[in-house]
Amino acid sequence: MHPSTWLKADDTGLYCEPGEFYIDPMNEVSTALVTHGHADHARAGHHNVYASAETLAIMQTRYGEDMAIHQHAITIGKTIAFNDVRATFHPAGHILGSTQILIEYAGYRVVVTGDYKRRHDPTCPPFKVVHCDVLITEATFGLPVFKHPPIEHEIEKLLHSLRVFPERCHLVGAYALGKCQRVILALREAGYTKPIYLHGAQLKLCDLYKQLGIDLGELIPVSEVADKKTLAGEIVIAPPSALADRWSRSLPNVRPVVASGWMQIRARAKQKNAELPLIISDHCDWPELLQTIEEVNPKEVWVTHGREDALMYQAGKMGFKARALSLVGYDEEEQGGD
Amino acid sequence: METFSHLLEQLYFTSGNKAKAQLIADYIANTPDPDRGWAIAAMAGTLRFDFFKRNTVKKLITEHTDPELFAMSYDYVGEVSETVAHLWPYSEPTDSLPTLTEVVETFASVSKQKVSATLAHYLTIMTPAQRWALLKLGTRGLRIGVSARSIKQILADYGNKDIKEIETLWHAVDPPYIDMLAWLEGKVEKPDIENAVTFHPVMLSHPIEDSDIDAFRNETWQIENKYDGIRVQLVVKSNTPVDERLNNHRESNKDLSEKALFSRTGDDISHSFPDLLESVSGNMVLDGELLVIHNVYGNYDSPGASIQKEASNEKALIDKGGSHVLTAARPEVDTFNALQQRLNKKKPSKALQSSAPAGLIVYDALVLDGRDLTEQTLKARRHALEKWFSKIDNKRLFLSQTLTATSPESLRELHAQVCENRAVEGLMIKRLDSKYVPGRPKGQWFKWKRDPLVVDAVMMYAQRGHGKRSSFYSDYTFGAWEDSQLLPIGKAYSGFTDEELKKLDNWVRRNAVGRFGPVREVKKALVLEVAFDAVHPSSRHKSGVALRFPRIHRIRWDKPASEADTLANVKALIEN
Repeated sequence: MHPSTWLKADDTGLYCEPGEFYIDPMNEVSTALVTHGHADHARAGHHNVYASAETLAIMQTRYGEDMAIHQHAITIGKTIAFNDVRATFHPAGHILGSTQILIEYAGYRVVVTGDYKRRHDPTCPPFKVVHCDVLITEATFGLPVFKHPPIEHEIEKLLHSLRVFPERCHLVGAYALGKCQRVILALREAGYTKPIYLHGAQLKLCDLYKQLGIDLGELIPVSEVADKKTLAGEIVIAPPSALADRWSRSLPNVRPVVASGWMQIRARAKQKNAELPLIISDHCDWPELLQTIEEVNPKEVWVTHGREDALMYQAGKMGFKARALSLVGYDEEEQGGD
Repeated sequence: METFSHLLEQLYFTSGNKAKAQLIADYIANTPDPDRGWAIAAMAGTLRFDFFKRNTVKKLITEHTDPELFAMSYDYVGEVSETVAHLWPYSEPTDSLPTLTEVVETFASVSKQKVSATLAHYLTIMTPAQRWALLKLGTRGLRIGVSARSIKQILADYGNKDIKEIETLWHAVDPPYIDMLAWLEGKVEKPDIENAVTFHPVMLSHPIEDSDIDAFRNETWQIENKYDGIRVQLVVKSNTPVDERLNNHRESNKDLSEKALFSRTGDDISHSFPDLLESVSGNMVLDGELLVIHNVYGNYDSPGASIQKEASNEKALIDKGGSHVLTAARPEVDTFNALQQRLNKKKPSKALQSSAPAGLIVYDALVLDGRDLTEQTLKARRHALEKWFSKIDNKRLFLSQTLTATSPESLRELHAQVCENRAVEGLMIKRLDSKYVPGRPKGQWFKWKRDPLVVDAVMMYAQRGHGKRSSFYSDYTFGAWEDSQLLPIGKAYSGFTDEELKKLDNWVRRNAVGRFGPVREVKKALVLEVAFDAVHPSSRHKSGVALRFPRIHRIRWDKPASEADTLANVKALIEN
C-alpha cells in the first residue's frame, strides 16, 4: 500500500494511521515519536514519547521531569513495533540526540529525516544514509544560494573581530539548544581557552551537555559578573532575541554577532541588526540536500518545511518523483535551531 | 577591488552614521588616487555611466544557471546582485584582483559586445562579497545607508572645510576627484569653477502643522500653489565670453554647454528637455516646477485670449482662484501622468516634444542677470523676479502665481478651494523674509498637501519585498467589491511601520491559500485602509481604475472583509 494512503499530515503533525502514532506532533497526542529536542518538534504533554535518551533529557530540561506520562528511550538502530508498523531511529547529525526515523509498513520503507546536516558535529554521530522508497526531507535551506562555509572560517571571523575590537563585548546571538554549544566547541577547537559568558537562558542546556560528557570549557553566567565592564573584549552568548532587548544594554560597547544559517543573506543579517553575521547552520545547505537525495536514492521525495519549491524542482530534474508535504508549525523560520 | 569590497561590507553591517563616517574617512585617508575618488563617486551616486545594465546581469546568470532556480532564489533573496553573487557557478580565485580604477576603466572602454564576457570573467575571479560589490557598483545601485549629503560632510570634515564649499564645488568637479581631494589635503588651490554651470543645492520645505496654520499672518507669508510636476533648477550662463567658455569642463553637446536643467537632487536632466533649454538665454539660476504646459507656443499675449482659453479648458487650468495676476500668460498645465512620458527619455522625439511640451513655472531665483540673490529675502527675490519677467519674452517660463489669505480661517478655506482642483497638490507657504538656504531649514517654508483619499480595500495577494524587506511579504495587492467578487484596484508597499510589517507578514504566511510563482494569494479576510492621491480611469486594469501613489493608511484588523468598499465607491472618486 502506497505510503500516501497511511502516512498523512494533519493539523497536529505527521500521522501514521496503522501505527497509531505521530511524528513530532504540535499538540498533545497519545503516542509521539520525536526526532529531536527543538521546540518546533518536541512538545510536552504526550501520553507516550519515544525518542533518544538525549532528546528525552533535553525535553525534561525544558519542560520538567514529567513532560510526558510514559517516556521511552529508544536504542539507535533497534526496531520497535507499533501494531504492524516497524519504526527504527537513526542518527541525523543535527544536534545532540537528533534522529531520523525509518518507518516500514506494507512493503514500503519511508524515512522521515527530521532536521539534519551532513557536516561534522562533535556533539552527535553523523547522519546515516538509510535507503528507502520515500524520503521525507526538510528543506530549511532549500535554495541554491545557500552554501554554508566551513565553521572554522566563520569562527575565525569572530576571533579576528576580537583582535580588531578588543574594547568591544562580542555578544553572539545563538539558539540555546545546539547552536550555542556548537559555537562554544568550535571556539575551543580553534584554541580559544578563555571563559565564555552566558545569558541565563543558555545555562540549563549547557549544563545538560556537560552532564552528558561534552566538555565545553569554562562557562560563566553573565549574572555572576559583578563588574560588567570587564566583559569588554569577551565573548557572551545569548538567545538571538536578547541582542536587541534591555538585557544587552548592561554590556560594554556591544558588537552584535549572530550565528545562523540565515546570515548568508545580507538583508536577513541586517534585519537582525548583526554587525558581524556568522553563517553557522545545523541544517543541510543546498549541496548537502542534493547529495542526500542522491545517496539515499529513494523512489520519491517528499519535501517538508522550508523553501520546498526549489528542492522539488531540482529533485524532479534529477529524476526523482517529488511533492510537497505541508506540515503545521514548521513555517516559522526561526523558531527551530537554524 | 578588495579594499573597496571590504569597505562596503563594513558599511553595510555597521549601523550608526558616526561609525560609517569613520570607516569612509579611514578609507579616503588610506587609499591612493584614483581608487578613492571612484569609491566616493560610487557611494555618492555620481558615476556617469552604468558599467553594465541590470538586464545584462540577468541574461548572464540565466545563461549560466537554471532560470527556474534563479527565479526562486531571487524571489527569496529579494535582490538580483546578491542572488547572482551566490549563484554564480564558477570560481577561480586569484591573488591579483584588478583595482577599482582598473574595473572602472575596463568597463568605460570595453566594446558593447564584450561587456558580458568581461563581467563573467570578473565574477569568476571574485568572492561572493566582491561580486556583490561589483554588481552594485556597476549598476549604480549601491545602497549602504550613506547619503550624498553625508559623503560631502565627510569630505568637508576630512579637509577641515565648510560643507557649503563642497556643495558649491560638487557639481563642477568630476570623479575621480583628484583636484578636489588634493585641495582638501592642502596640496593645491581650490579648483576653479567660476565658469561652470553647476547645480546649487535647493531649499526644501517642511509639512505644515496645525499650530503653523493657527499662527498664520498675512503679512509674514507668501502663498503659492503646490504644483504636481517635478522640482527642477534651470541654470543658464550664456553671457559668458566665448574664450572663457573653452575652459568649461562640460565637453559633450556644445549647444547646451552653458545651460543645464537639474533635478532636485542635482541629476542633470537637460537631455530630456531640449525644448525648454533651447528657449532660454541669460545668466540665471531659477527654481521652479517642470510640467507639461500646452500654451508654450504663443497666441496668448492678450489677457482676453488667455481668459477665453481658461474658460474653454477649465480642467487643465490651475490658477482659477488666484487674486494676484502678474503676468498675462496663464500656464495650461497638464497632469503628472503627461509629464511622466517626458521623464527619463534620453532623446525625446519631435512629436513627443510637440504633444507634451515642457514648461517651467518659476517660483524663485538664486541668480538673476548674473547677480546672486540667495542672501536676499524672498520678498526681494520675488520682486526681482517679477521685474525680470516683465522684461523677458519667453513662452515657456511662467511666474508662479501668489495667492492671498488674510487669516488662519481664510488660509484653510483657500486650501480647501485649491484642493478641489486635482492638478494642484496643495499649497506652499513661505516666509517672506526667508533667505535662500540649501537644505531644509526650520520654520521657513511649508508645504500643505491635499488630504489623501482613502478607501477600505481587501488584501488579495502578497509578494515578498526587496532590499531591507527581503523575504518579508511586504507588497500587497488589494481589491474592492463588485457584487460578490473582489477586483484588484492597486498595489501598495509602504505606509506601515516595521512592527506592522511583521504582523502583516505573519498574517500572510498563516492565511496563504494559493501561489502563482512568487505571488501568494491570501484568504480574502483582511481590510486595509488605503490612502492615495487620485483615481484615474484605466483600461489596463480589470477593475477599470488606477490609483495614484497608493499606500497603506491603516490596517483594519477589526473590520470584516464584507464591509470593505465597493468598486462603485472607488469610481465615484474619479475626477471629471
